[in-house]
Amino acid sequence: MSVASDARPGERGSGDGFFARLRGDFANSERRTGYTMVSPSLLLILVIGAWPVIYAIWLSFQRVIAQETSFAGLDNYATMFSDPRFHSAVINTSIFTVLSVALEFVLGVGIALAINRGFRGQGATRAIALIPWAFPTVVSAIMWRLMYQQTGGIMQYIAEKIQLVSGPILASEQATLFAAVFVDVWKTTPFVALLLLAGLQVIPGDVYEAARVDGANALQQFKSVTLPLLKPAIVVALLFRTLDAWRVFDLFWAMSDRTVESLSTYVFKGVRISQTEFSLGDAAAVFIFVTSLVIAAFFIRGLGSQSAGEG
Amino acid sequence: MSGKSFESPWQRIAFFTLIALFIVMTLFPMLYVLKISVVTPEELGRAIPTLWPRDFDTTRAPYFFTAYETVFSDPIFKQALVNSVVVAGITTVICLIVGSVAAYALARINFVFRSSVQSLILAISFFPAVAIIAPLFLQFQTFGIIGTYWAMIIPDILFALPLTVFLLLAYFRELPAGLEEAAKVDGANIWQAFYKITIPLSAPGVVTTGMLTFIFAWNEFLFANTFALDETTQPVTVVIPQFATTYTTDFGAQAAAAVVVTAPLVALVLIFQRRIVSGLTAGAAK
Repeated sequence: MSVASDARPGERGSGDGFFARLRGDFANSERRTGYTMVSPSLLLILVIGAWPVIYAIWLSFQRVIAQETSFAGLDNYATMFSDPRFHSAVINTSIFTVLSVALEFVLGVGIALAINRGFRGQGATRAIALIPWAFPTVVSAIMWRLMYQQTGGIMQYIAEKIQLVSGPILASEQATLFAAVFVDVWKTTPFVALLLLAGLQVIPGDVYEAARVDGANALQQFKSVTLPLLKPAIVVALLFRTLDAWRVFDLFWAMSDRTVESLSTYVFKGVRISQTEFSLGDAAAVFIFVTSLVIAAFFIRGLGSQSAGEG
Repeated sequence: MSGKSFESPWQRIAFFTLIALFIVMTLFPMLYVLKISVVTPEELGRAIPTLWPRDFDTTRAPYFFTAYETVFSDPIFKQALVNSVVVAGITTVICLIVGSVAAYALARINFVFRSSVQSLILAISFFPAVAIIAPLFLQFQTFGIIGTYWAMIIPDILFALPLTVFLLLAYFRELPAGLEEAAKVDGANIWQAFYKITIPLSAPGVVTTGMLTFIFAWNEFLFANTFALDETTQPVTVVIPQFATTYTTDFGAQAAAAVVVTAPLVALVLIFQRRIVSGLTAGAAK
């Protein structure tokens, strides 16, 4: 992973060696072609990614009514932060993110360690693990909703039998939220496991051999060998999953008939459904963008301190 | 392949029980939904859900399950399948063209901004798509492409691009550069080396990448739900949740729709699983 190890172009430019090298690039026809080859991708990122973000930030300070904009200052943010619907969106999304990422991580580590052990049927197990990942999230949500139904729904039946719930799961917002966590765990744990498995498979076996010679038991081996060496893969998996969960949309949309609010459904309702809350929705979108940056910075710093420590 | 030996038979039993549990938990929802799609409404209505189908529902169409007949006779669903293929197909082609060129430069040419460009493309996959739906909505309205395929394809390209680039990058790096060098000695320029040598040699990688990009675009929901205004352009991911509203009590039809959309994905994943695993995890392992 090169997110952390990469210096920003600006930082790298401190020193005239940089400009000399850049001039060298443009003097060399092959390296000049290199820039030509990446330019369509960069143009796409600029036009479809960077520009809309700047536009979105500008819009969040505007009042937008029927495509007419006027300056609104911080009004949108003030309205948003005092909106009870926004509060429940933040709470629901936080609960969903913490629970689903924690469960997926713990189960994912377990499954990755098990598959890594090597056994007959390892390949088939890995192939099966891929299937839920390939499913569209909305379709997974619909499938599980069928299982949560009162009519013919096996999950509802089991949950009632073990007295986890007393009424229909999908009629309660709280139960639906936990049901959504369950669906996400089903869909994504195998993928987390595969990411961690890829990390495990590059740990050389003789490290374990050395630990065993030193008398480390299985748990000590896991704590002092596996975890530290697996840390980059763990950080990548956690970062990826946390950001994904933080912007959850499809799952809430399809599971709850649009009743359980997430941050993204809040944005969508403002931008797409309401005529008057366009810029309110956009302010929430900027909120998701900024909080995602904070989350990313947090994890990347975790990775950075690791690479610095390990050399 | 056989692994390390177990210390006791009990450990062996516990280990395989856990693996079996994982496999059952993963497959169960698919099989259960498959069951819902073929049984009668009466069987679905039982107080205790059945695990194994008993009464198959073929009343409306002989030799064919009623739920599938409902789904395939629904013109909106058929149109949605066409829309999904068009949107995902065009997205895949554009991503492959733009992405393969970029991946080649990143794999073979050592320019100053190489790793910065690589990080920038990777950063897209962490970017919250929802942050840009408001500005894109206004822009697409201005350009008059709201409600067309392009309103979905344009943002889909951006978000599928990192997947395309990083998968291709992994394949190009595996390829020895010797042949291209030989071609260059013979007077080929770098573009010729790219499309006459690298692309044909990495054809299997390009196919796998194209397939994964297609699945990615096929599964996209947020942009489709925002920018496709009616059933003439809405893809299956948008239509299936609506199905749940149209056929509120027809659980069989909902299940059948889910099966129809996911069956091809399951087949593709099982056929290409080895390549997919190595491609998807290549980025994380490095």
